[in-house]
Amino acid sequence: MDSVISIKQLDKTYKSGHRALKSIDLDIKRGEIFALLGPNGAGKTTLIGVVCGLVKLTGGTVIADGHDITKDYRAARAKIGLVPQELATDMFETVWATVSFSRGLFGLAPNPAHIEKILKDLSLWDKKDNKIATLSGGMKRRVLIAKALSHEPKILFLDEPTAGVDVELRRDMWAMVGRLRDQGVTIILTTHYIEEAEEMADRIGVINKGEIILVEEKHALMKKLGQTRVTIGLKSKLDAPPDIPQKLDLSEDGETLTFTLTGEGDSEDAGVADVLKALMERKVDFKSVNTKRSSLEDIFVDLVEKKT
Amino acid sequence: MSLNLHAVRAIYMFELHRTWRTLFQSIAAPVISTSLYFIVFGSAIGSQMTTIDGVSYGAFIIPGLTLLSILTESTSNGSFGIYLPRFTGTIYELLSAPVSVAEVLLGYVGAAATKSVILGSIILLTARLFVPYEIVHPVWAALFLVMIALTFSLFGFILGVWADGFEKLQIVPLLIITPLTFLGGTFYSIKMLPEFWQTVTLFNPIVYLVNGFRWAFYGKADVNAMVSFGMTALFMLACVAAITWIFKTGYRLRS
Ligand SMILES: Nc1ncnc2c1ncn2[C@@H]1O[C@H](COP(=O)(O)OP(=O)(O)O)[C@@H](O)[C@H]1O
Ligand SMILES: [Mg+2]
Repeated sequence: MDSVISIKQLDKTYKSGHRALKSIDLDIKRGEIFALLGPNGAGKTTLIGVVCGLVKLTGGTVIADGHDITKDYRAARAKIGLVPQELATDMFETVWATVSFSRGLFGLAPNPAHIEKILKDLSLWDKKDNKIATLSGGMKRRVLIAKALSHEPKILFLDEPTAGVDVELRRDMWAMVGRLRDQGVTIILTTHYIEEAEEMADRIGVINKGEIILVEEKHALMKKLGQTRVTIGLKSKLDAPPDIPQKLDLSEDGETLTFTLTGEGDSEDAGVADVLKALMERKVDFKSVNTKRSSLEDIFVDLVEKKT
Repeated sequence: MSLNLHAVRAIYMFELHRTWRTLFQSIAAPVISTSLYFIVFGSAIGSQMTTIDGVSYGAFIIPGLTLLSILTESTSNGSFGIYLPRFTGTIYELLSAPVSVAEVLLGYVGAAATKSVILGSIILLTARLFVPYEIVHPVWAALFLVMIALTFSLFGFILGVWADGFEKLQIVPLLIITPLTFLGGTFYSIKMLPEFWQTVTLFNPIVYLVNGFRWAFYGKADVNAMVSFGMTALFMLACVAAITWIFKTGYRLRS
């Protein structure tokens, strides 16, 4: 596998004695969108902090684009862009000045055309001469994204990019993430909006209490853990579940049958068809069939609960 | 490994730009307040006072008063430059950038020292309007000026890393540097003090700075010029050592 980030036995114990990361092993593939999911306090921001140089690791190694983040920090950091979780911006600078500053800080010669393109892509162009203090929260977040992209990073970290962000910005942001992926940028994001991970990510990692408990292709994950809940509304009440090979649950009022299928795609459809056929053979008449696939969120809640 | 000059330039220009934005506060205010001393002591009552070591009183106080501004402004510029990003959280960008300690210092401390040297030059030029004076060793004067500006900008930087509130940034220049400068022979020759207090005064590091600078102006001082120079260099090295330690350990910057 061509890893753009390779994390081995990474450990972080804060001065308070809190062990925020516990021997993390994780590889991020070049060019993928990787979503890191986990409840509050799981260690997502800490993990990003270590890779970006904000937090000192206490054990293990991190290689970013072939460079050790401690020994060869200069080369490693030059490849990485970070949009932090907190909205931290200069107040009295203009948008243009602060984004240009970031590019210089990361060691690149000024390139007004590139800055112009970023600002236009993020709908910040008409605000370029405004002082940041005068911008709304959403606009400030766009500025942070522009700063992170100013030095043309190969790896972009987005820490909870859509927390408290309006619909328009969220849409713009996903459009931008898509474009960056097309350009070959690797994107690692954390989010609480699981639908977004489900929609955007190629792979998903789940972290809880400082441990990575699962890393999986999104589709494989859905297949492995995704469940389909099938609800069948009956025409007439039953006293007991019908006598068929599949195990069905009868509701108390005797009007609905429910059962759960695991797996994804064809096997599932076949499962539903088998049950319906069996019911028809037993002359059990039904008026409705409702299937509901479990979301990543359900899977995630399940996983975290199982581990705790 | 080559220096990330783009980063140094970005930080340096950013910091100078901050001064430009707060021009009155950072340049005009100290120039005006120092000029008041020159008017009062140089032109008004200075003529009524005796000369010290053959130097008129108005001229005698110029080096010390100029240093007072340099010391306080270097300290506060150096400290605000790094404290502000810590306070607003924008420090994340500096910590995640491919920059070394040397580059960060060149940018922040370089900018703070540049401002102080500009300020010092303006004050000295302004003083000339009220008090006629000549500089005997202009090269030494410039050397002292630059070294002291750098040292106290470094000191300010350390203060900015250490402080956990704006009060501390203001307290140090106000309650430590200003009194030490006043008591460090800015307004009098320490030879005028009783012997006991002369000895006590020698523990005040600013005495060496004021006297070194004054020696460069008039060729006379209470302390040997080379001792003054040595002490200035020593203080500068101590600040460099402290900064190196701060970055090595990640003290208060990286968690
Ligand atoms: N600077 C710090 N000092 C001590 N503990 C910290 C620090 N930063 C974070 N923590 C703790 O580490 C754990 C992980 O935090 P974090 O990485 O921010 O989680 P997440 O981003 O997943 O919400 C939390 O328990 C948090 O309280
Ligand atoms: Mg977080």
